Amino acid sequence: MAQNASYGLLKSSIGKKVFMALTGLFLCLFLVGHLAGNLQLFISGQPGQIQFNKYAEFMTTNPAVKILSYVTYFSILFHVFDGLALTLKNRKARPQRYHYKKDSANSIWSSRNMGVLGTVILVFIVLHMSNFWFKMHFGDIGVDAEGRKDLYTVVAASFEQLWYVAIYAISMVAIGFHLWHGFASGFQSLGLNHSAYTPLIQGFGKVFAVVVPLGFAIIPIYMYLT
Amino acid sequence: MSQNTMNLKLKIWRQKRASTPGKMVDYTLNGVNPEMSFLEMMDVLNQQLIEGGEEPVAFDHDCREGICGMCSMFINGRAHGPMTGTTTCQLHMRHFNDGDTITIEPWRSAAFPVIKDLSVDRSSFDRIIQAGGYVSVNTGAAPDANALPIPKENADAAFDAATCIGCGACVATCKNASAMLFVSAKVSQLALLPQGAPERQERALRMVEQMDKEGFGNCTNTGACEVECPKGISIENIARMNREFLKASLVKKKKKAGMAAS
Amino acid sequence: MSELNSNIPKGPLADKWQTHKNSIRLVNPANKRNIDVIVVGTGLAGASAAASLGEMGYNVKAFCFQDSPRRAHSIAAQGGINAAKNYRNDGDSVYRLFYDTIKGGDYRSREANVHRLAEVSVNIIDQCVAQGVPFAREYGGLLDNRSFGGVQVSRTFYAKGQTGQQLLLGAYSALSRQVAAGQVKLYSRHEMMNLVMVDGKARGIIARNLVTGEIERHSAHAVLLCTGGYGNVFYLSTNAMGSNVTATWKAHKKGAFFGNPCFTQIHPTCIPVSGDYQSKLTLMSESLRNDGRIWVPKAKDDKRKPVDIPEEERDYYLERRYPAFGNLVPRDVASRAAKERCDAGYGVGQSKMAVYLDYASAIERYGKAEANKQGLPNVDTATILKLGKQVVAAKYGNLFEMYEKITGDNPYETPMRIYPAVHYTMGGLWVDYNLMSNLDGLFVLGEANFSDHGANRLGASALMQGLADGYFVVPYTLGNYLADDIRTGPISTDAPEFEQAEKEVTDTMDRLMSINGDKTVDYFHKALGKIMWDKCGMARSEQGLKEAISEIKALREAFWSEVRVPGDKNEFNPELEKACRVADFLELGELMCYDALNRNESCGGHFREEYQTEEGEALRDDENYTYVAAWEYKESGEPALHKEVLEFENVKPTTRSYK
Repeated sequence: MAQNASYGLLKSSIGKKVFMALTGLFLCLFLVGHLAGNLQLFISGQPGQIQFNKYAEFMTTNPAVKILSYVTYFSILFHVFDGLALTLKNRKARPQRYHYKKDSANSIWSSRNMGVLGTVILVFIVLHMSNFWFKMHFGDIGVDAEGRKDLYTVVAASFEQLWYVAIYAISMVAIGFHLWHGFASGFQSLGLNHSAYTPLIQGFGKVFAVVVPLGFAIIPIYMYLT
Repeated sequence: MSQNTMNLKLKIWRQKRASTPGKMVDYTLNGVNPEMSFLEMMDVLNQQLIEGGEEPVAFDHDCREGICGMCSMFINGRAHGPMTGTTTCQLHMRHFNDGDTITIEPWRSAAFPVIKDLSVDRSSFDRIIQAGGYVSVNTGAAPDANALPIPKENADAAFDAATCIGCGACVATCKNASAMLFVSAKVSQLALLPQGAPERQERALRMVEQMDKEGFGNCTNTGACEVECPKGISIENIARMNREFLKASLVKKKKKAGMAAS
Repeated sequence: MSELNSNIPKGPLADKWQTHKNSIRLVNPANKRNIDVIVVGTGLAGASAAASLGEMGYNVKAFCFQDSPRRAHSIAAQGGINAAKNYRNDGDSVYRLFYDTIKGGDYRSREANVHRLAEVSVNIIDQCVAQGVPFAREYGGLLDNRSFGGVQVSRTFYAKGQTGQQLLLGAYSALSRQVAAGQVKLYSRHEMMNLVMVDGKARGIIARNLVTGEIERHSAHAVLLCTGGYGNVFYLSTNAMGSNVTATWKAHKKGAFFGNPCFTQIHPTCIPVSGDYQSKLTLMSESLRNDGRIWVPKAKDDKRKPVDIPEEERDYYLERRYPAFGNLVPRDVASRAAKERCDAGYGVGQSKMAVYLDYASAIERYGKAEANKQGLPNVDTATILKLGKQVVAAKYGNLFEMYEKITGDNPYETPMRIYPAVHYTMGGLWVDYNLMSNLDGLFVLGEANFSDHGANRLGASALMQGLADGYFVVPYTLGNYLADDIRTGPISTDAPEFEQAEKEVTDTMDRLMSINGDKTVDYFHKALGKIMWDKCGMARSEQGLKEAISEIKALREAFWSEVRVPGDKNEFNPELEKACRVADFLELGELMCYDALNRNESCGGHFREEYQTEEGEALRDDENYTYVAAWEYKESGEPALHKEVLEFENVKPTTRSYK
């Protein structure tokens, strides 16, 4: 029995998980960068507007950032399609469901609902990108006092609407749950498990899962309230 | 013995054979002694069914001391029932209460087709072991047992992985019906020992490939398997297998002939 | 009555096996490809034999009734495996292992076989380690040992309380490798239902596919039965529920002699019966006797909790009766001593059929040693007990957990209750030195044969024998037999003998299915077990055995007219499987009683009440019973006895004393 040559890393169940982990952990890094940028929205008034728009321009024009952004798009798409493939295979692996299954006895809710959480996040990303990213890149938006595309005003206007703030906040909850399991899970998929470090990774993952989405969520709430 | 006996309602999956559909059927069982094991309770039910002219419930069991891995019931939503670190045969009725309704189903996985009622076919596990779960040493070719000292720590870790009884509870409980805990236990045992080192890459590749072929799902790290494993096998083994597989995939040259040829 | 030829090679004891290996015939690799071998059973003996023969190039078909070879009952062996490695430097040697085994078997085993067993024991450990069996090791990385009942050296290798599991998984992995290589074809969930003899040679089996119910014919040039023991004839035993005698019994009915069927080992440390629903008994490893102390209250019917009974009111009866070996006397001695105390009214627990196995003093002893080791000179008792419990948990944790799971009691706090239970059968099909039965081409390995343990098996020797037979004996001796078969070519399954054997099987099943009585198979099995336990168990008497024979006959008749087997024979039908097995037990039980009745002496596991010393010790009769009783099946009437006289050239039989 020879090793099947067509059976590559990507086709294997573990390979798929490795790519899931790599893209997922990269997106965690992206979240950190994104949040750092967003924090500029706490600067109020015109200085904030100028600062944020400068940042937005930098993010859309800098070649290094561009490369990173393509990696990000790729990661999101790959994470989505890979996740979909995994979910479909997993469904096929148990065609006949249990009459009664008590999952809560052995695993946390988020770990069992990564697909659902991911779908919510995907819908949010589409909405989010069509609102901000699309407008920034292709939309007809005004310019600020220094002549840059005025994304700040678009953002501020969005966050004046309660429903949008609500969707944004709820989506951040979904991301939080997704990360609650996903962060440490990524390390496990890569085989990075060690009795000394894994508890640290798990702890950090949980802090990350709370702090980062909370950071994202506070901004629209803050802007809505002020 | 003057113990209080229990009256139970049982909901049991009945399926005549693999090709026919099955359904949950309700039974009432009275006078259950709390000192009975779960399988002895099933014996009593079967006696009643046979004496009443009905077909008894088929279920797998053999050693009844928690080591052969043959027993395999999904009891009240959990593999091997509510107690951790316990196979169905070691589960005792004292952990249930009078008047309880107990749901009993077979392991559910595409790779474990139902044979009848609660019996399933787990030969997929055998095929995974055949794909590489061994050290290629012929009888008589072994050096002295103490010629190769092995650090106690490694030997103990290998032993912990090797205690897997192949019952399939990990697959049964996993939301994805993944067999990663089972496969990783064997990969780990042999990866932790110097005897297994020469074939470790080939082994990881082959066993994972066979696992995927059998139709098991993917591991999504929920950790349910580790909780339900009657032998408490750790998902650290899964991480180790991920590592082994990844390393092997990246550096291993494809071989024409299999390792199995002797 | 005829003398049996055991084919023991000539020459000094220590050279016999080597000389034999040097002189026996071989089958060359090209010819091995044309030879088929059937191996029934995939426990230690079967899996190791199938793997080794596959490696050598034979075409092997391996059968097991379980859903996977890995589930064979060898998996449940707990304590360990003996080997004369002398890694402890405590004076062990091949000769000493040989001597201990002969003595432990109460001088009813064959010297040459036992010596060979001791010789190859060292290779077994090497082989298993090479396969990746994770034996217990010391901090220096070398293998650890522990001591076991009936011996005064530490020669037992172990993997916590799961040695059998680890050894079997090693053999299973070797077997799996041969399955992958195409050398072994695996038939799991298949039960051997009959043996096929063609021209006086074993040439195949009839097997039932347990999933589909299909009856299959399989042919081969030789058949190896590695089907374990028949302890389930007692219904309650430490055997797995599926363990059965069918394969060897069918061979017996085809002419294979059954050797010493009454030699049954009653294991002293099992969890006592709790009720009539009980389906099996659970063994607590003999290794527990290393550190545990066995006692009963000095007063009859003492109702106090064990921890409340003061030291001076306890009777440590093994230490009292056998000061030299104390709690480590062999199994038969320990079992009978427990029975003696319980019969005399000193038993404990609700049923009064139990004795205490106490770890309190071991916990204290280990705790003090550990405190010293950790440099804690003046610690309080609580700390000592805590440390002691940790040490005990590291050594026996899984056994203690198992006890607690089954009984609901915590053995760290209160003594365990134990009682003897049927565990192993030393008897089995008669084989010669080559492990071939009196039927040509029918080899019998492991517990299924009678060969190495005499009237009593020492702890940690069953695993040794199973693997010795499969890895290191039969691969040589089978070739010697098959050397004649290199020109035979494939055996056709169309031969009338196959047809006849198949018909016997289908007729039996049809008959069982058609009775449609009102009693379950288990009803009869339990009834048989009770007769056997009461009258052919730990103590036997002429009168009891005679009663048992007639009771079993009556029970068998009732079985064949009142049993109900539900379902269909052409499907997965566990009740039908049980019925077929119980039908054979109902015949075997009678043979065991005949054998026990014939043996007018007490030796090893066989204790005849008429033959004991004034102190209640077994009284052997070497003058008249130094032989293997090999029984021939007779269609009607009593079985016929053949004798293999045992020659003791190297060890002089003496009264076994552990005092």
